[in-house]
Amino acid sequence: MKRIVSIALLMAGAALLSGCPKKHNVNEPPAAGTQVPGTSSSDSASTSTRALDDAANQANGMANATGVLARRVIYFDFDKSEIKPEFADLVAAHARNLTSHPGMKMKLEGNTDERGTREYNIGLGERRAQAVRRALLLQGVAESQLSTVSFGAERPAVEGDDEAAWAKNRRVELVYGP
Amino acid sequence: MNRHVSKVVMLGILLFCSRVRAELVVEITKGQADAIPIAIVPFSPPDAAPGSFDVAQLVGEDLARSGRFRTTDRKDMIEQPHAGAAISFDDWRRLNNDYIVVGQVQPAGVDRYNITFELYNVLNHQRLLGYQISANKPGLRLASHQVADMVFEKILGIRGAFATRIAYISVLGVLPHKSFRLIVADADGENPHVVMESNEPLMSPAWSPDGQSLAYVSFESRLPSVYVQLLKTGERRRVSAQAGVNQAPAWSPDGKKLALTLSTRDGNLDIYVLDLATQALTRITDDPGIDTEPQWSKDGQNLYFTSDRAGGPQIYRVGTQVGDKPRRLTFQGSYNARPRLSPDESQLAFVTQEDGGYRIATMDLRGRGDTQVLTKGHFDVSPSYAPNGAEIIYASRDKGRGVLALVSADGRVQERLVSSEGELQEPAWAPF
Repeated sequence: MKRIVSIALLMAGAALLSGCPKKHNVNEPPAAGTQVPGTSSSDSASTSTRALDDAANQANGMANATGVLARRVIYFDFDKSEIKPEFADLVAAHARNLTSHPGMKMKLEGNTDERGTREYNIGLGERRAQAVRRALLLQGVAESQLSTVSFGAERPAVEGDDEAAWAKNRRVELVYGP
Repeated sequence: MNRHVSKVVMLGILLFCSRVRAELVVEITKGQADAIPIAIVPFSPPDAAPGSFDVAQLVGEDLARSGRFRTTDRKDMIEQPHAGAAISFDDWRRLNNDYIVVGQVQPAGVDRYNITFELYNVLNHQRLLGYQISANKPGLRLASHQVADMVFEKILGIRGAFATRIAYISVLGVLPHKSFRLIVADADGENPHVVMESNEPLMSPAWSPDGQSLAYVSFESRLPSVYVQLLKTGERRRVSAQAGVNQAPAWSPDGKKLALTLSTRDGNLDIYVLDLATQALTRITDDPGIDTEPQWSKDGQNLYFTSDRAGGPQIYRVGTQVGDKPRRLTFQGSYNARPRLSPDESQLAFVTQEDGGYRIATMDLRGRGDTQVLTKGHFDVSPSYAPNGAEIIYASRDKGRGVLALVSADGRVQERLVSSEGELQEPAWAPF
């Protein structure tokens, strides 16, 4: 064991002497259900959004929502940010839910497929999130209940470089949370 | 207890210097037919360098990778001179070499080596270069790139960029458990180091003009923020965390400001300039369309950017003086985005859509604005010029995987950098 330690020390010394650039690491193990968007300011805050959403939705009694309220993804056509008619009932149901629970908040996460440039896709994702936000505002939801974020093409729902995958990635996710 | 100590120390190594094992391998996919034949003779004595570090091998790889040189196979060398006086020029001419490099690596004290090398014109026996470079063991790789830089510049009249670095993003893992790494490596992909790692997306690395810092976008708080990180110490600063979008950082030529993309409450993306010392924000564009992907001109007077104000994304230029009206630069095709200026500002590289694919194109800024599509992929994005302007590194796709690729600025030479792991994206070539 002693030998291992001394080798390790030597290696550590070599690593320090070689002047490598320091790195930051925010891969702390997720503290399940405790992280909340907007309140995590330290570098250690990093869990997957999916876990967070479940936790947040549970906190709001939304985890077991059934029927149309259980549907929380709106899909878009290529290069489009118009909400298609088939999602009208979904938007209306969530608008009713939010207006009847004024304390409830929702984050709208805009996403694109992988095609195109990364930063322009951030713009397209934001435009989609804003389209859903406007639709909810028109149906009486308060501005203070809604926030948006765009992940562009950085957080696909499914992998793949065909239209089937792309169609599932051009989306806005409706995320209930505090 | 001992076990505990060893774990702590090992962790220290990982944090202070996590070299990535996945190094990049270069494959030349399209060479230049009139590449210059050159012989890089193995330096003597071959076992003088620690770990038998082969300087000549690295010099040859650099020159061959540029596509502008064709190196003579060692098997075809009938003799291996180590100094000019020992070269039988007629023999090397018979092997069709235009140039020859000979040299030696000699120990010069504790952890010190002297690399001596000479470059000769085989046809007229003229000695073109004769230099000695001193290096310690970790410096031998850099010294070899410097030898290649000098040979490249002497023969072509273009400053070599082999001794430079690149930054890129590597994405590991499968959905929904991905991890994102910001990596800095030598220009040939060797020596990669992780400078930032997160479970949330990292985007848009941008080198400061002095090459000391990187600006980038991190979603580590689940919202986008722009950070500036000093590479030497790892010290970093969150410079923009406005409500909404914080994206696409671009350093001003004097390194004192960042152009950024920010959004209003209703999600309208516009370009702003952030003074890093005072935190003062100046709005540059004001249009309901998406304005993003800014890049400065060398005099700091103009910003090139992407805007879809006319429908689809096109490239515009606007003065950094408040109130200047943007001027549209691209008119061919329905998708032209993410402009990058060549170092001499004679060319603009950008992403264009052609035959349903996204490809790297250039536009001549000095003549009539001729455009040339340089690549043939379907997902070619994120172009970044080498600091000498000779090559463009970009993100591409190979068999469904994200890879980095290189194309010469004239489109004649193409290469792929293949990593053994991770999806690679968003390469950014460091300044000299």
